[in-house]
Amino acid sequence: MVLVFVETESGRVRKAGFEAVHFGYLTAQKMGLSCQALVLGEVSDAPLLGLYGASSVHQIVSSGFNHFDNQVYGDAISKAALKLAASVVVLSHSSNGKSLIGNIAYHLAAGSVSAVTDIPETENRFIVKKGVYSSKALVKMEINTPVKVISVQGNSIQTSVVGTEASLQSLDIDVLQPKTELISVDKLKSNVAPLPEAERVVSGGRGLKGPENWAIVEDLANVLHATTACSRPVADSDWRPHHEHVGQTGIAIRPNLYIAIGISGAIQHLAGVNNSKTIVVINKDPEAPFFKAANYGVVGDLFEVVPRLTAAIKSLSQ
Amino acid sequence: MKLLVCISKTPDTTAKIAFNGDNTKLETAGITFIMNPYDEWYALVKAIEIQEKWGGTVSVLHVGPAENDSIIRKALAIGASDAYRIDTEAMSADQVAFQVASFIQQNPFDIIFTGKETIDYNGAEVGGRIAAQIDFPFISFASHMDMVSENTAIVKREIEGGTETIKVQTPFVISAAKGMAEQRIPNMKGIMTAKSKSLQVIPATSYNEKVKVVEHELPPAKKAVQYIDPDNMAELARLLREEAKVI
Ligand SMILES: Cc1cc2nc3c(=O)[nH]c(=O)nc-3n(C[C@H](O)[C@H](O)[C@H](O)COP(=O)(O)OP(=O)(O)OC[C@H]3O[C@@H](n4cnc5c(N)ncnc54)[C@H](O)[C@@H]3O)c2cc1C
Ligand SMILES: Nc1ncnc2c1ncn2[C@@H]1O[C@H](COP(=O)(O)O)[C@@H](O)[C@H]1O
Repeated sequence: MVLVFVETESGRVRKAGFEAVHFGYLTAQKMGLSCQALVLGEVSDAPLLGLYGASSVHQIVSSGFNHFDNQVYGDAISKAALKLAASVVVLSHSSNGKSLIGNIAYHLAAGSVSAVTDIPETENRFIVKKGVYSSKALVKMEINTPVKVISVQGNSIQTSVVGTEASLQSLDIDVLQPKTELISVDKLKSNVAPLPEAERVVSGGRGLKGPENWAIVEDLANVLHATTACSRPVADSDWRPHHEHVGQTGIAIRPNLYIAIGISGAIQHLAGVNNSKTIVVINKDPEAPFFKAANYGVVGDLFEVVPRLTAAIKSLSQ
Repeated sequence: MKLLVCISKTPDTTAKIAFNGDNTKLETAGITFIMNPYDEWYALVKAIEIQEKWGGTVSVLHVGPAENDSIIRKALAIGASDAYRIDTEAMSADQVAFQVASFIQQNPFDIIFTGKETIDYNGAEVGGRIAAQIDFPFISFASHMDMVSENTAIVKREIEGGTETIKVQTPFVISAAKGMAEQRIPNMKGIMTAKSKSLQVIPATSYNEKVKVVEHELPPAKKAVQYIDPDNMAELARLLREEAKVI
């Protein structure tokens, strides 16, 4: 059985949770197994996981899950996997998923690979693929333990509806009490998807000259319902908040559309964005290295080009 | 306070990547190796800052062969007190974590630092595996950390679309992300004293591999960029909708 740990937020399944379930479903299909989901705490839309391939949804409810604690969550998921005799455990490669993978794999004496991008090869051996060396290469890794734990890179598969709503089954497991204490949560108020989940991203670099010019980036992002991002020097100079920084030392993303404005395309920047499906580069320097990684390039002054693009997209939508 | 920082070695990010004949191993000729930036810039410097304020020692630990001693000496030059090297090739996250955790089980520490991930394989697995084996709390992706007493830390960790602030008591394992500290460049005095600091070599414990590299591939070549006239952004909008189908 393939067990998928589904991440939720404020009692609802996150986009990454639906993706992980569908990934688990496609893996289970190949292996002739069932795909089942696990949620921790109360989740109002958990039955919808059935649409993406979960044949049943297990639920554990406990006050121990009120905030994310690596030991409490890791222990509960590991116990559930043992109890349900899962042979593959699928997580999201999110903040919490990255925190959990080592814990769960250790407790299940499992080999693990994180940030997997393709459905595993399952004939004879269990082989997964992921990007390595700043996305300059891919590696295929074989997991050779009876139980396998993997985490799925966001936006790496397209979800589709393959089933009907699943029923919730409560799972009886002793839940630990956390040794950590939550003091506060600071969420950005935003009506667009957080960067790791965003399907469209508009990103600005040092070419914008200063934070006072960011309206150009934001206007384009608004017409596209896109999330904004930036290069590292932009975050380091506090022109933009640090959570917008993408690249090697920032967040790695793979949206459908990445528009890079006034960014030169240094290898460390590309490391975090060159898995985007479509890349648009706007730069006045025809030699900017980013053009080599682009699908569409515009050589021109961003202060003129970007407002024109914003207007063009606006009139397209009307 | 006894602090431990786990340091790893990675190719410099600008390195040109190629593989050996059967594509299982990185071709190392011509590649410069560095200390993983998260370990060097954030984990190590934060540990040194805590030691400067609260006393104690900062040990660094590396799993790898003798040819990697230069990165250990660099950590000592930046300000670590002493160093350990577990003498075996690092093969996978689970094997490295097992070696580190087995060492800690023999040599207790109050806080164990790792980097958020290594920049070559981006596993982000070692810290969580160490914490699980020694049964310590694990705080991942800390971007800020304050010791408010000798055994209590307030830590900010990065989550999707924000941060959360957590209180945790020693002992614990923490993985360091950007923001934890400011990079320190070793000075002449540091480099000189590093030579006389202790670097203990420890034999590895035997371990059965749970994962193995089948092969590496280079990503498929990208189609050449299509240039659009900067005066004709309507054309770009049209292509994004009709050709790329992304808007
Ligand atoms: C270990 C390490 C890790 C790093 N990690 C990251 C990371 O995670 N993310 C990251 O982004 N960087 C990272 N960097 C930094 C990286 O090497 C580059 O320095 C950085 O990405 C450059 O940012 P930029 O493109 O905004 O600025 P620049 O390189 O200064 O580029 C600005 C661009 O704007 C263009 N421009 C200027 N004016 C205009 C105009 N009017 N119209 C159109 N175009 C214009 C210029 O032609 C130029 O190409 C890292 C570096 C190191 C050493
Ligand atoms: N060979 C190693 N020796 C010591 N520590 C390591 C080694 N490899 C990884 N680590 C630590 O584990 C962290 C996360 O690594 P990874 O799980 O490989 O992304 C690194 O930032 C280091 O702190």
